[in-house]
Amino acid sequence: MISEEVVDLSRLQFAMTALYHFIFIPLTLGLAFLLAIMETVYVMTGQQVYKDMTKFWGKLFGINFALGVTTGLTMEFQFGTNWAYYSHYVGDIFGAPLAIEGLMAFFLESTFIGLFFFGWERLTKKQHLAVTWLVALGSNMSALWILIANGWMQNPVGAEFNFETMRMELTDFGALLLNPVAQVKFVHTVAAGYVTGSVFVLAISSYYLLKKRDVGFARRSFAIASAFGLASVLSVIVLGDESGYEVGDVQKAKLAAIEAEWHTEEAPASFTLFGFPNQETMRTDYAVKIPFVMGIIATRSLDKQVIGIHDLIDQHEGRIRNGMVAYSLLEKLRGGEKTPENIAAFNDVKKDLGYGLLLKKYSPDVVSATDVQIKEAAKSTIPHVAPIFWSFRIMVASGVIMLILFACAFYAVARRNEHRKTWLLKFALFSLPLPWIAGQTGWIVAESGRQPWSIGEMLPTHLSASSISTGDVWGSLIALIVFYSGLLVIEMYLMIRFARLGPSSLHTGRYHFEKETKTELPVVPDTATPIITA
Amino acid sequence: MFDYESLKLIWWVLVGVLLIGFALTDGFDLGAAILMPIVGRTDNERRVVINTIAPHWDGNQVWLITAGGAMFAAWPMVYAAAFSGFYWAMLAVLFALFVRPVGFDYRSKLENTQWRKAWDWGLFAGAVVPSVVFGVAFGNLLQGVPLELDNTLRASYHGSFWQLLNPFGLLAGLVSFSMLALHGGTWLMMRTEGAISQRARRASQMLALAFLVTFIGAGVWLWMGSINGFALLSSFDANAALNPLTKEVAQTNVGWMANYVQYPMTKLAPVIGIVGGLMALLSSTSGRSWVAFLGSSLAIVGTLCTAGFALFPFIMPSSFDPAASLTMWDAVSSQKTLGIMLVAACIFVPLILTYTLWGYVKMWGKVTTTHINDNPHGLY
Repeated sequence: MISEEVVDLSRLQFAMTALYHFIFIPLTLGLAFLLAIMETVYVMTGQQVYKDMTKFWGKLFGINFALGVTTGLTMEFQFGTNWAYYSHYVGDIFGAPLAIEGLMAFFLESTFIGLFFFGWERLTKKQHLAVTWLVALGSNMSALWILIANGWMQNPVGAEFNFETMRMELTDFGALLLNPVAQVKFVHTVAAGYVTGSVFVLAISSYYLLKKRDVGFARRSFAIASAFGLASVLSVIVLGDESGYEVGDVQKAKLAAIEAEWHTEEAPASFTLFGFPNQETMRTDYAVKIPFVMGIIATRSLDKQVIGIHDLIDQHEGRIRNGMVAYSLLEKLRGGEKTPENIAAFNDVKKDLGYGLLLKKYSPDVVSATDVQIKEAAKSTIPHVAPIFWSFRIMVASGVIMLILFACAFYAVARRNEHRKTWLLKFALFSLPLPWIAGQTGWIVAESGRQPWSIGEMLPTHLSASSISTGDVWGSLIALIVFYSGLLVIEMYLMIRFARLGPSSLHTGRYHFEKETKTELPVVPDTATPIITA
Repeated sequence: MFDYESLKLIWWVLVGVLLIGFALTDGFDLGAAILMPIVGRTDNERRVVINTIAPHWDGNQVWLITAGGAMFAAWPMVYAAAFSGFYWAMLAVLFALFVRPVGFDYRSKLENTQWRKAWDWGLFAGAVVPSVVFGVAFGNLLQGVPLELDNTLRASYHGSFWQLLNPFGLLAGLVSFSMLALHGGTWLMMRTEGAISQRARRASQMLALAFLVTFIGAGVWLWMGSINGFALLSSFDANAALNPLTKEVAQTNVGWMANYVQYPMTKLAPVIGIVGGLMALLSSTSGRSWVAFLGSSLAIVGTLCTAGFALFPFIMPSSFDPAASLTMWDAVSSQKTLGIMLVAACIFVPLILTYTLWGYVKMWGKVTTTHINDNPHGLY
């Protein structure tokens, strides 16, 4: 039996490396599209400034992209190194989207990224533009396949347990692809990436405008980012992740945790705006509630109920008892008693086998678990409410602030006075951390809300880890923390340095720091050509 | 479309193709980074070396990532047992690979000598470690690894990182190191000129010799029978979904030569390896860089096929409990998954080869120090 410490440390390591990876990924997703848009304008209008924009934002893109690749490697290795039983148990399904991600997306993105940086002189204008679009397409394809894999962890459709091979096996590839949870996750995540790219360009452009340098360059960047950002932030909010919470038992438990809904309410349920969820007493202290809102958000209806935590625990207790039957039949089948009766009986209850496996944490022998152990396991099917409750609210608040930012920015660009509105420029600059706060808290909701499962209803997290020693995981965890911290410092240093330098880093001779008269004369904005306002 | 047995065989071939693709493409990236401190004496010369691979290394590395993904999808048990069993070896490779994306991109961003030297060392180490570890891993697979499977098919590994560094494992590490460094040498002969190309030529001569000696040495070691091979004893239905624990396996002193005796055509693999090494040796001496590169490519194909053919049908033989050995018959995914993955591979692999080739054609030509001087901010 693997020790709980190995499981906890492996979870910590996975959470840390995944969240770290997701510092870089959303910016890659968003900036790739912005680069493609900027270069398209360059190819259509022939104006040099749009080529400079593509190259300069591309430089920052490259600094970010390198760490995206680096930290992505860890993710692929880690399923095998630290979650070996998981890999065996669901590799038949989970491995396929990962391999297809490599074939369809990584090759595309990684092959063309080299041509994006080094092909300016070797390719025609149109060829280079195609290359940039293919990089954007590749990064988005990659998000699609990894979110199909992740969506399956939340809501495992199209698969069945096979007692002969002791693992889950694929039965319906179409169901895996069209998993509703994966669909909404994909739209929500890539749109959040576009918002991240847009806030990044908007904030840094605002910095140049506040400093009154490279105004023409900055205004054009600001305009593109505000239009793309507004469209994206609306998509993130309207096509939010909540619509995926109706399907799958794990998603229901997650939704109840997000809302800290201890008891099932009459539909449509009220939304707890604020409060302190208490897992022990199973109530939310000092709750401030808004009637109807949650029912409408979560179920998109006025009459469907959102099931509360107490009722979920009761349902799960029944499934655990059923799972004990499934487990005892599995032992018989594995022991060689493969009679048709045993197989038929097992097939009847095997959907609850995962619930039976939950008991392995509480009882050495699943079949003879006591009532107390069963109750304990049933209670464990609800994730920790408070961190999910709070993360969700931080994410939503960040999203709302960004919506306001982009609405103001877009309006100002339409009125062509954004460069004179100091408050707006400062608002944009100080909003820079918001998309990252929203992205990180969003993943905390999604993944800590999946606990105690690694594969919802099928495989508990505590069975998924590798049979390795505590020392192994401590060693890799510490090494990763040291290495990742060092890399982050270097990345931030370069990013800040080049962002401050601005387009002058291209050494074209056209920008602020390369001109003889730096600050004596006010820089004349390059407004001879109209800027694009969406 | 295909029966389960054929699909199992096809996926054994396809994983091999992906690994060979990795060694052929990322192999010269790794090799060039290994040789960079030797062939590049000034910063500009080292930038020449880096810029021969700058547009390609990222795409090339995807062969490794896809091979890993394909292994996860096609051989989940192998992926699980190998990555968790070789825990520290895998992490060493991972940490080495960390340095490459950042090293290539960040090195040229600052004009500080210390900064660039530090990244040079990082890129060197980032190339040496994987090149050696991959060979060591194969060397240990040939000896069998202390793998245990319990009744729920949970894998446990009863060995340590240091036990991987046994004499035969290290010899295999030297084979892969000299092979990949040689491939980098012939690549640099082809893509650079003048002093850099000359130094690459001399390095390639030495490395081709080292490759031939270690490759033939490892073959003789196996042939002399001082390493036990493994053999499947029980017959089974290759078309069925198999439980790896139900087969009978024995260690025999002719184990790894058995396939070569039974299927004489497979002897071509070591022959190609040796011919490739000789071609690289002779052509780097005479300075025909294209032929030398072809030679090092053949050496790679020959070497990987030699190891694969010897092991077949084993992937991860177990010295702890031979019956728990993982083979390409019983450590595989379901027929459905293998079939779907095959369709994906048939669509995408030709597409990948096409656009990768297009990229190479567009970026072809010699990289020179003048080239770097003309464009100091746009290049790596």
